[in-house]
Amino acid sequence: MTAHGHVAIICTDVRKQFVLRHTRSLKEALVWLVKGRKGDLSKRFLALKDVSLEVKQGETVALMGLNGSGKSTLLKLISGVLQPDGGTVRTRGRVAGLIEVGAGFHHDLSGRDNVYLNGAILGMTEKQIDEKFDSIVEFSEIGEFIDTEVKFYSSGMYLRLAFSIAVHTDPEVFLIDEILAVGDEPFQRKCIAKIKELSEMGKTLFVVSHDLDLVATVCERGVLLEHGEIVMDGEVHDVVGELRRRSLAL
Amino acid sequence: MAGQTDQLIKPGTGHGLLDVYGDRFLLKLLVRKEIKVRYRGSVLGLLWSYVKPLVQFLIYFVALGIFLGLQRGTPNYAIYLFSGIVLVNFFTESLSNATRSIVDNRDLIRKIYLPRELFPVATVWVSAAHFLPQMLVLVGACLVVGWAPTLLQLAAVVLIFVMVAVLGTGLGLLFGAVNVYFRDSENIVDMIVMVVTWASPVLYLWSMVQKVMGDWFWIYQLNPMTVAVEVFHWAFWEPTLTADQMVNDASPPGLLTLWLPVALLITLAVLFLGQWAFRRLSVHFAQEL
Repeated sequence: MTAHGHVAIICTDVRKQFVLRHTRSLKEALVWLVKGRKGDLSKRFLALKDVSLEVKQGETVALMGLNGSGKSTLLKLISGVLQPDGGTVRTRGRVAGLIEVGAGFHHDLSGRDNVYLNGAILGMTEKQIDEKFDSIVEFSEIGEFIDTEVKFYSSGMYLRLAFSIAVHTDPEVFLIDEILAVGDEPFQRKCIAKIKELSEMGKTLFVVSHDLDLVATVCERGVLLEHGEIVMDGEVHDVVGELRRRSLAL
Repeated sequence: MAGQTDQLIKPGTGHGLLDVYGDRFLLKLLVRKEIKVRYRGSVLGLLWSYVKPLVQFLIYFVALGIFLGLQRGTPNYAIYLFSGIVLVNFFTESLSNATRSIVDNRDLIRKIYLPRELFPVATVWVSAAHFLPQMLVLVGACLVVGWAPTLLQLAAVVLIFVMVAVLGTGLGLLFGAVNVYFRDSENIVDMIVMVVTWASPVLYLWSMVQKVMGDWFWIYQLNPMTVAVEVFHWAFWEPTLTADQMVNDASPPGLLTLWLPVALLITLAVLFLGQWAFRRLSVHFAQEL
């Protein structure tokens, strides 16, 4: 067990509001202005309400909740993709997201080019990618297909390569969103082993998943979100049990 | 990793264009990707970046130079025409691709935080990669007709290249960011692109405009692209003229002493405006795309 040191992530009273904009053209916006701003041009929706959370370095946290509870929004706020409308988010060290792996892939480039492109997108330097290239290819089990264009890959190969790049980026804080369902069972076991290895190395893990049995084996702490609010924060098995009870009650 | 003294930082905030410099490896890969992907599956490949301006040049040369007779009044009209066209093409390609760059990369921007300025800047570099081969054609053509530029003229060419790139980046940042919120931005840029060719002395001579505008000619000169094209004419076209072909009003008065500094200042102002607007608008890119 690693000793938990400094704080890795602090969220204080984080609020995130989404504007569901109905209009996408200047004309409609102008008409609305000319008509004296009558009616609402947009609808608002509160995705997170005053969420406060502190994660220490080396902790493994599972973020749970039903669909639409704000899990992914919170993850995007921590990664910096979104900015909060209220409150603050602070992180320490390099944060990298295994958020929807393969977002940076380009179908017309070879696997090799994509390793470099995606690695750089995830914040690796040229030297780091050079050093880890063989290890990335080996982990992904792509083998000789590394110089084939990615569009000819099977979906499993595609995800394996993307996941492999992501776990080799070596950040201090890992954000993982629903990507544990990668590939077939042997590869999935390998991924979980890799994630456990990362946590043993003292990396901070922040995992979002609907696979409750899986997160219970990977994480120690569970946080339950409901309608944008934290309703429970504690030992992961307790939180899993609470979520199961709540879903049954629905 | 013992003794981490890293401060707590606010995720998703950067230093704008300065971050692009820090991320130049990624920039290089993005530019290379664009160039690779642009002509994938085409037989002529990169040759298209020669063919297109060449056809454009021929159309203008035949229609304006021969049919409208501009060739008779202007010695070496072909050089005059081509030096303007390549520069305007560089600008319009930079601007229109930079404007679309944010929306085109929405998949990435929605999921991973990167300095978003990378995308417009990368498109300007890609345009530069298409511009340079055209420059070689221009230089080759100039040498054939006896081009002998001074060192100052060569320096001016480099300066103008940088200025147009900066102008394209500044406007691209502005329209690219606005495009996320209002897709009308693309159409406005299409219009600017159409106007630019005609609002600068690419096809005709600056003196024709002066005759019409008289005392108001300075308004025409405020356009940085106009000045850029005029400097290109001074650097490429004028040195190819022989003594008896020399026209005494080849460049507008004060081109280098007054208008070039003014154009540089306007360009810098555009860059700062573009960066400022981009930073303000980029905060909500991920949720608006």
